[in-house]
Amino acid sequence: MEIKQIVQNDDITLAVIGRLDTITAPQLEAAIKELVNPKNIILDFDNLEYISSAGLRVVLGISKMMKDAGTFKIINVNADVYEVFEMTGFLDIVNVEKK
Amino acid sequence: MNENGILTLTIEAKDENLEKVLSFVDAKMEEMGCAFKQINQVDLVLEEAFVNVAHYAYQENGYATIELEEKDTGLAITLIDEGKEFNPIEKEDPDITQNADDRQIGGLGIFLVKKLMTSVSYERKENKNILRMYKDFSI
Repeated sequence: MEIKQIVQNDDITLAVIGRLDTITAPQLEAAIKELVNPKNIILDFDNLEYISSAGLRVVLGISKMMKDAGTFKIINVNADVYEVFEMTGFLDIVNVEKK
Repeated sequence: MNENGILTLTIEAKDENLEKVLSFVDAKMEEMGCAFKQINQVDLVLEEAFVNVAHYAYQENGYATIELEEKDTGLAITLIDEGKEFNPIEKEDPDITQNADDRQIGGLGIFLVKKLMTSVSYERKENKNILRMYKDFSI
């Protein structure tokens, strides 16, 4: 997995490339922890092909962290990853935009 | 492959071996001509089940065995460990309607296993946990 970070004013976009699984999810968690007082976090999943519950755990953590701090959304989600969000009820708690 | 047509992989149950476990099932599914989406779903199931064993079955190191058997229109996956008795499927499903604050992530992995497979069953036999999962690709 690879993470590319783009900062535009108050928007921090993290493009997550590859697979978000048990092995790689801690990398995303670490990248999020390094952000200093982030206002708007956007995860770009355009090139994310797979997510497991370890990835969902990190997404939930970001959602909780940003609740009172700013905004959080996930964009460009492919059909398979979207299905996992749907099955687990994550669409109700996280702003997820399909590709 | 043994004479019954069952492919077997026995491997130390630790996170670092996840890729090897998934490569094992992916190779079989590619041979069966499965679609990318189906491979992704089975990867997800096997990741959740294997990581569960890696994290909870043993006090220290231990092994997991994965058996794959092609059936008429699907794939039977059996995950066996010799760790402490644990039936993952009797665990209550997580409440997926709670708001973000109350949401618990525990149990989500097994919930996904049950959602994505056609059938899942558990047996405790000869000090082994045996989790049998079947995915029918014709559905």
